Amino acid sequence: MNEFFTLMKPELLIMAILFLLLFIKISKGLANDKLLQFIQVLLLINFVAGFFLNAEGKLFDSMYQTNAMIVLQKNILNLGMFFISLLFTDWFRKCEHLSEFFMLMLSALLGMFYMMSSGNLLMFYLSLELATIPVAAMSNFNLDKKVSSEAAIKMILSSAFSSGILLFGISLLYGATGTLSFTEMPALLTSSPLQILAFVCLFTAFAFKMSVVPFHFWTADVYEGSPVVVTSFLSVISKGAIAFVFVSTLFKVFQPLHDIWYNMIMVLSVMTMLIGNLFALRQQNIKRFLAFSSIAQVGFILVGMSSNSTQGTASIIYFICIYIFSNLAAFGVADLISFFTGKENVDDYKGLYQTNPLLSWVLALSLFSLAGIPPTAGFFGKLFLLSAGATTGNYIFIGIAAVNMIISLYYYLRIIRAVFMDKNETPVEKISINPYTKIGLYICSAGIVLIGLLSWVYDYIESVVN
Amino acid sequence: MPNATYIMLIVLLPLLSFLIMGLFGRTYLKNTAGIISTCLSFISTCLAFYTAYGYFFEYGKINGVYQKLIPFNYLWLAFSEGLSINMGILLDPITAMMLVVVTLISLMVHIYSLGYLKGEERFPTYYAFLGLFTFSMLGLVVASNIFQIYIFWELVGVSSFLLIGYYYEKPSAVAACKKAFIVTRFADLGFLIGILVLSFYAGTLDFNTLIQRLTSPESNELKSALAASFLGISALTWGMILVFVGGAGKSAMFPLHIWLPDAMEGPTPVSALIHAATMVVAGVFLVARLFPIFAISAPDALEIVAYVGAISALFAAIIACTQTDIKRVLAFSTMSQIGFMMFALGVSKYGGEEGLGYTASMFHLFTHALFKALLFLGAGAVIHFVHSNNMKDMGGLRKQLPITHFTFLIACLAISGVPPFAGFFSKEEILLAAFQHNQTIYWMALITSGLTAFYMFRLYFSIFWNKSYHPNHQDEHGHHGEGGFVMMMPLVLLSVGACLAGFIPFGKFVSSDGTALVSEFHLQFSIAPVALGLTGIFTALFLYKTENDKPDKMASSLRALYQIAYHKFYIDEIYLFITQKILFNCIGKPAAWFDKNVVDGLVNATGNTTQVLSEKIKKIQSGKVQEYAVYFLVGVFGLAMVFIYMWK
Repeated sequence: MNEFFTLMKPELLIMAILFLLLFIKISKGLANDKLLQFIQVLLLINFVAGFFLNAEGKLFDSMYQTNAMIVLQKNILNLGMFFISLLFTDWFRKCEHLSEFFMLMLSALLGMFYMMSSGNLLMFYLSLELATIPVAAMSNFNLDKKVSSEAAIKMILSSAFSSGILLFGISLLYGATGTLSFTEMPALLTSSPLQILAFVCLFTAFAFKMSVVPFHFWTADVYEGSPVVVTSFLSVISKGAIAFVFVSTLFKVFQPLHDIWYNMIMVLSVMTMLIGNLFALRQQNIKRFLAFSSIAQVGFILVGMSSNSTQGTASIIYFICIYIFSNLAAFGVADLISFFTGKENVDDYKGLYQTNPLLSWVLALSLFSLAGIPPTAGFFGKLFLLSAGATTGNYIFIGIAAVNMIISLYYYLRIIRAVFMDKNETPVEKISINPYTKIGLYICSAGIVLIGLLSWVYDYIESVVN
Repeated sequence: MPNATYIMLIVLLPLLSFLIMGLFGRTYLKNTAGIISTCLSFISTCLAFYTAYGYFFEYGKINGVYQKLIPFNYLWLAFSEGLSINMGILLDPITAMMLVVVTLISLMVHIYSLGYLKGEERFPTYYAFLGLFTFSMLGLVVASNIFQIYIFWELVGVSSFLLIGYYYEKPSAVAACKKAFIVTRFADLGFLIGILVLSFYAGTLDFNTLIQRLTSPESNELKSALAASFLGISALTWGMILVFVGGAGKSAMFPLHIWLPDAMEGPTPVSALIHAATMVVAGVFLVARLFPIFAISAPDALEIVAYVGAISALFAAIIACTQTDIKRVLAFSTMSQIGFMMFALGVSKYGGEEGLGYTASMFHLFTHALFKALLFLGAGAVIHFVHSNNMKDMGGLRKQLPITHFTFLIACLAISGVPPFAGFFSKEEILLAAFQHNQTIYWMALITSGLTAFYMFRLYFSIFWNKSYHPNHQDEHGHHGEGGFVMMMPLVLLSVGACLAGFIPFGKFVSSDGTALVSEFHLQFSIAPVALGLTGIFTALFLYKTENDKPDKMASSLRALYQIAYHKFYIDEIYLFITQKILFNCIGKPAAWFDKNVVDGLVNATGNTTQVLSEKIKKIQSGKVQEYAVYFLVGVFGLAMVFIYMWK
């Protein structure tokens, strides 16, 4: 029994918070301000608690499994959740159904946690659904906006479609191997055509979730229509969780099919980087821009994935950790500006530095990091991803990735130029930032600078992975 | 063992000063900026003295040999098993000496600037920059790793850039800081390539390992570095030459010296700190740091060091005789003296008595820092008084500026090598080393030291004697004397140093292999240099003591030579010709054409294609979920087809 509690601690903590929120809601509720503070404290405790009393092992007949690496990954996501609760304070305070919103978000996170710990395809499928459906409901949270509902409908339809394909793949795989367990699967995989078809179906479900081209179409509409909080949750937390699961599934369960998935990943990665960059290049709306640039970032994660080594796993965890800091900071700034002034266009950002130096610096830092410019952490993240990818010796692939990195520089720097250099007679007025968001922005900026320079962060991740 | 925390503090306190002044200086510390910085600098200086004392007298010496200690080492970036970048502290005799020199001169300049820049609008910014510079310079001298030295090397360059351009309203200052930055950057490129070459062959960036691997004859690294050759010169020699190019750039050696005279546009105390005592000797320090490799494995590169040093020394001394801007005279004199240090290293061998040049070079570095800083600070006091840099506006100032006059005279005697002042001892050792190993260089050095005495006393007499001083109209009201206690105290302290530093038995502490070197004093050997020096002094006395037309007559009778020297041998013009006429026309213009038509064309074409593609993609992104599902399905089956039938 004791084992049950220690092994499932991350999930149990999230569930505890969920029920607490539910009881508060049922009893008499709290004012948004108070409730939000309460949630922030809970999430912080949740993050800190993630470092203690961890164990490795399996539960429920290997349906559920956990180890040090999975715990670390869950902690990184917990940290991201905490940042979200800080950075979007203003939006949350105005939110009419705050506790419901957090319940949905935490349910989705719970689904992700189970997904990361799943030891069986059935378990995986169930948790995937748990991670998806609440997000569709969250997308609908701008209740007075039609695009928000559209986003939710599109998300649920596309997910349902993808789930259908996934289930088809799972059943084919069961037919071909006679098992759904991750531990028994590898021995039974022989690259027969049936298995390959089944694997492709499974693979696309991951690709869909990570918005890998050509399974990314839903991303554009959903990201644009949803509230910024949901967009950032989707593009950071959700994507991170899927990437973690994807890596371990490919590296462990589908290792016998390595020759096949290596080429698949290479093709899709190149397409994703190129199309993602082309998308981002033309965006005028800053939210859309950030959303699309995150598609291109996925292409780089795939480069690391192609390495098929522990170094690749470590570099992906490291990259996503950095990505959480950089992307959330950028989304945080964009949300602040759009929340207070309604301005969302790149042109509106001209001359931002004159009125809001703090926001400008944070934005610049995060964009530098996303673009991978030294000495920000993003540079080291991409460096490790590419050098992990380079271990396979496919230098053309790495070369294409590097070229794409340079292309992406253009559109990231375009915004920085607008903020710092372009003159504007009516710049965004001075925004008074509430202390919670300010703390969040400071932590993110510090993270962006320090994670890269402190070499022990990567060393620690690598030691955990090994 | 040394206390690593103290050494870290020596380096980090100036950084703290930079951070405080940079972040809060302009808003909160307008009046106290100088005092706070000076206090931090003082603590740092005390710790540096304490460390040097401890090293030289307590724990540094084991079995009669000074050890290379590494009290602190932090693994910063690990590239591979063998190759990593560390941030560390390497404590050996030259580091200990440099710690003292840098912190001491920096402290003097901190104090002096309290008076010199009083009432400046950007006072805290100035101290912030000073802090940054001192931090980078100290980081450079304690570096345990060649990459660490490179990082701080560049930081030193940046802070020098900032300080030269301190008066950014003056176009000449802006031009000067740009010039300094570009020229040294150009040299640093060589340094970087040199580092890459060395680390490639040695497989390490750490100084101790690097030196050990590249000097022991049976090591494989040394064999492969010597075996690989390019244009008939071994890779190791190339590497060392490239590293020296970096050092020559920073130390203003011929022909990379052109930035130094212009750098005098910065505030005068800055010139004293950076362009006389500390940064410009970084090149000498670098050669000294890698000296075993130079001496044992790459003697050809060391030969180059020797000749570049000797040529720079003579060349700069000739120019210095004709300049009229007092700071420029001092700048060329600095270049000349650094040339002395360089060729002293160049003629030295590794170990024992043969290593006299090494000791002499470091000794001269030490004494020169004292008397040259003194000269610059004295010049600063004069400029502060006269509001002009030009010798022609001065004369007869000995009555108005008695303390400055006296200290300046001591410094002039020291640099001219008159016994018993500091410069005499170190220069004597250098000449002796040159005499023992390379006669050509010895004669060049001898002539140079005669010229040194001449131009220094030309400067001295023109400022303090010659005609009597008649202040200009506007200056009469704002008369402020010598600049008060804060400006005079550093002068007096430094002049004490310039008198006494020569009596330090330097060979006991600093030598090429760490063992004590007893330098013998040869009386008959000193006769020639001292006599030449005195001749120089008396010539200057004869020509410049009183106002007369002898100098002009001499200049016109040697018209051609004088003009050439006055225009600094037209080196600047040659650079301009090469860059503007040859590079711009033959490379720049074709490159511009290529860039405009081919590269831009390609970029535009890419841009257009991207636009078209984006339009196409936009059409695919129709917003209809059913279409998305179709694409999804096409994707699934496409992948399945490809991987089942084609790519297996």
